[in-house]
Amino acid sequence: MTTPAPVEDPSFSLAGTREPPRRVLMKGNEAIAEAAIQAGCDAYFGYPITPQAELLEWMARRMPEEGRAFVQAESELGAINMALGAGAAGARVLVSSSGPGVSLMAEAMSYMAGSEVPMVLINVMRGGPGLGSIGPSQSDYFQAVKGHGHGDYRVPVLAPSSIGEAMELVATAFELAEHYRTPVIILADGIMGQAMEPVEQHYRTPARQTAAWALTGADGREPRVVRSLHLAPEELEEHNAHLQEKFHAIAEHEVRWAGERLDDADLVIVAYGTAARVARTAIARARAAGLRVGLFRPISLWPFPSAELASVADRARGLLVVELSAGQMVEDVRLAVGGGIPVAFEGRTGGMVPSPDEVVEALRELDATGGPLRRRRVRRRPPIPVSGTGHLHPHEPMAEPETGHDALSIFGDDAWMPHWYTVPVPTRPTRNGHGRGQGRNGSAERRPDDEGGSR
Amino acid sequence: MERSIVFAGFGGQGILFAGHVLAEAAMNAGAEVIWIPSYGPEMRGGTASCTVIIGDEPIGSPIVDHPDVAVVFNPPSLAKFAPMVAPGGVLIVNDSLVEAPSGRDDVDEIRIRCTPLAREAGDDRLINVVALGALVARTGLVPPDRIREALHAIVGKKRPDALAVDLRAFDLGMAAVASGPREAAGRAVAEEATAPL
Amino acid sequence: MTATVPAAPRVIYQRPARLTDVSTRYCPGCGHGIIHRLVAEVLEDLGVDGRTIAVAPVGCSVFAYEYLAYDWCEAPHGRAPAVATGIRRVRPDAFVLTYQGDGDLAAIGTGEIVHAAARGELITAIFVNNGIYGMTGGQMAPTTLVGQRTTSSPTGRDVRAAGYPVPMTEMLAVLPGVAFAARGSIADPSAIGRTKSYIRKACEAQIRGEGFAIVEVLSNCPVGWGMTAQESIRYLQDVVVQTYPLGVLVDRRSGAQAGSSGAQAGAARPGTPSGATRQAEPHPAGQEA
Repeated sequence: MTTPAPVEDPSFSLAGTREPPRRVLMKGNEAIAEAAIQAGCDAYFGYPITPQAELLEWMARRMPEEGRAFVQAESELGAINMALGAGAAGARVLVSSSGPGVSLMAEAMSYMAGSEVPMVLINVMRGGPGLGSIGPSQSDYFQAVKGHGHGDYRVPVLAPSSIGEAMELVATAFELAEHYRTPVIILADGIMGQAMEPVEQHYRTPARQTAAWALTGADGREPRVVRSLHLAPEELEEHNAHLQEKFHAIAEHEVRWAGERLDDADLVIVAYGTAARVARTAIARARAAGLRVGLFRPISLWPFPSAELASVADRARGLLVVELSAGQMVEDVRLAVGGGIPVAFEGRTGGMVPSPDEVVEALRELDATGGPLRRRRVRRRPPIPVSGTGHLHPHEPMAEPETGHDALSIFGDDAWMPHWYTVPVPTRPTRNGHGRGQGRNGSAERRPDDEGGSR
Repeated sequence: MERSIVFAGFGGQGILFAGHVLAEAAMNAGAEVIWIPSYGPEMRGGTASCTVIIGDEPIGSPIVDHPDVAVVFNPPSLAKFAPMVAPGGVLIVNDSLVEAPSGRDDVDEIRIRCTPLAREAGDDRLINVVALGALVARTGLVPPDRIREALHAIVGKKRPDALAVDLRAFDLGMAAVASGPREAAGRAVAEEATAPL
Repeated sequence: MTATVPAAPRVIYQRPARLTDVSTRYCPGCGHGIIHRLVAEVLEDLGVDGRTIAVAPVGCSVFAYEYLAYDWCEAPHGRAPAVATGIRRVRPDAFVLTYQGDGDLAAIGTGEIVHAAARGELITAIFVNNGIYGMTGGQMAPTTLVGQRTTSSPTGRDVRAAGYPVPMTEMLAVLPGVAFAARGSIADPSAIGRTKSYIRKACEAQIRGEGFAIVEVLSNCPVGWGMTAQESIRYLQDVVVQTYPLGVLVDRRSGAQAGSSGAQAGAARPGTPSGATRQAEPHPAGQEA
């Protein structure tokens, strides 16, 4: 590491340059927990479960140090309902669990979606169904993306594939939760929770937004009620229409994904989280063997990057979905590409992880059976509409995007970085003076070569 | 380029710690690295293992089917991991506890009597650090000084009194390999890995 | 009106400010209205109206937020004590109240209430026990009396199949985190007066930071019980109190009187001077006998 020369001349400023941040080895669960604390998390409620117990333990130690709330609840039911109460009272709240516990949280997730209470839930996935195993898994995709509680609702789901990315997504999740008044799920897995990786201790603290709905005590104002009950069908339908409007806005504005080696790819692996890392190694091996393979990595699982994947598929002749499950996201992939291209699947369950060689083998099969290249009959799909303004009662209207569309860098080689490292993403308004591309200290947009020489 | 190292033994033999020290050292040497424990319901006494992958690019698959190096501390670990080591890789065996042969003639097998060396260093539990010394001496995966720094950072922070013993155990492990006979060929890992790292 | 208005009228009875002036959805003769009023009076007296955050249950009183003008959070069925815990931990200045029925608190929400009490959360629980699931059509509750007929115990609660009524407040009273636990009733004006004093003590326990407090209020459900309102009141007075005796079950507040005949030995909170006390109310039925 080099230390910048001391600044002696007051007319000369090195503003914008900085010492390479010191990397530290952090366990995923602990890094996520600390990122949440640094993001301004006011309260954490949890219950021990493998493989996320270290997250709870980190919070047990650190939250009291920071003078914030920590409760080890009597159950995941208790934990999530404490989060409901604290979130309703306007606090920035985190809970974490793994599959069996997240199942118990389904009830309150529905209530929070219905009564629009912000909250971030980390699911460090393990093998299921039932008590299953404690091995890493991605078998809670349906639960997170399609399911959990009852009723017509969706919640944003973010899937990191490295510990550093998980830390950044924690801050993003709080932003989304508060901006849209919704629970947000971060879908990690046992490897992400248990592994240690070097991380740069970049933390981001999203600005607080005024919560004119939060419960503070009705002193000199009308009482507020945080509720999901609307007994009159007409009233509930109207409430649902409002929620749907919000979900549409999220679907328009909050799609996140990363691509790698897509420029010349005629076979594309679609994978998220740990599976995407396996895919990355498999792609290197497959390319060494002469296959032209790229990676499409959804970061937001809901909203799923359907239009973007469809654009990629238009230039490919086969997709391979790799998951640590029996095949869940593959359904969304097939919906996105509409049957016009072969979609193969490779997955392991129960805590097993596909090996890169297994993935390469699946690529060879796809290569043998995939149809002809469709690259020359590209249909231009409409770009993702990002210029619409939201009507998010009771939030302020969505600001106009900063830049034009097409910022999602369909063929960029930027996987393994949160995509805003390299890509100007227009979709989030800069409500608080620092956009996504900026570090906490307001430094300029980072580029990959800022990464401490890691590339 | 990536190199993968598996440490395996009984819970309580310092398996996860040895991997942690190696990962910390690799990070401080400027490498990309990931450390993944086997996490199981057994907190003490069961089998434990961890994988460390070191590379010059962000690490891809966290799952290794054929580790370049395996360091095994007990018989079940030898039985499980010896067959998995990549041909031409390195197998380091704790000879104090493992009598069975590995059955591999295509790897660089190093048998170290870890316990007497650990005892000589001052704490016979430090077989993990002895083995780490052997690993570094044989493979050159990271410069020895980075390991010493990592021991400072990890051990020195919590148990400064134990640091000197750890450093001595590491040096004894290094010296044991440097002076001992080499039983097989297969230096590829060390020679390749030293340069870029 | 031709009557002469006195020069300086003295208000002896009026609607508490936070009790809203609307018709409730409760059935004729239901006891919830009385209990709402007691809560509103006590919170007004204690001056905590403006910092109250209340948690509504699932059940007949789910609409409590329409009748009591505080900030309210609706909780999933039974989870009110956990929701209240979350509020309490991030709003230390708030006055936090749960209002729960017996299905909510004594059946589906037993885990949440027990652990909120065990933690000694600074919240006050109003536990309305009418021995039935009113909102869903009068099914058996955990608190339904032995032999009592409901739509799901049509021949009367049979202990061989459905077990015994759950004395929640007695169970909670043994927990050291509980500063005050009492059982009152709305059967007659004097019982209502005593219930109000219990609610007041339970609220004061929170304000003084002394621990969790609960007041169980025996109430009636004329429709669910298949009775007229008057019959239901008599049933409350004569029958229900046999299973659920009235009185203070534990009072660990500082300055509380200890050592009455019913004291629960061994229930004293470690480190606090006052042990558990049980101050039984005169049994209404016994008085008449």
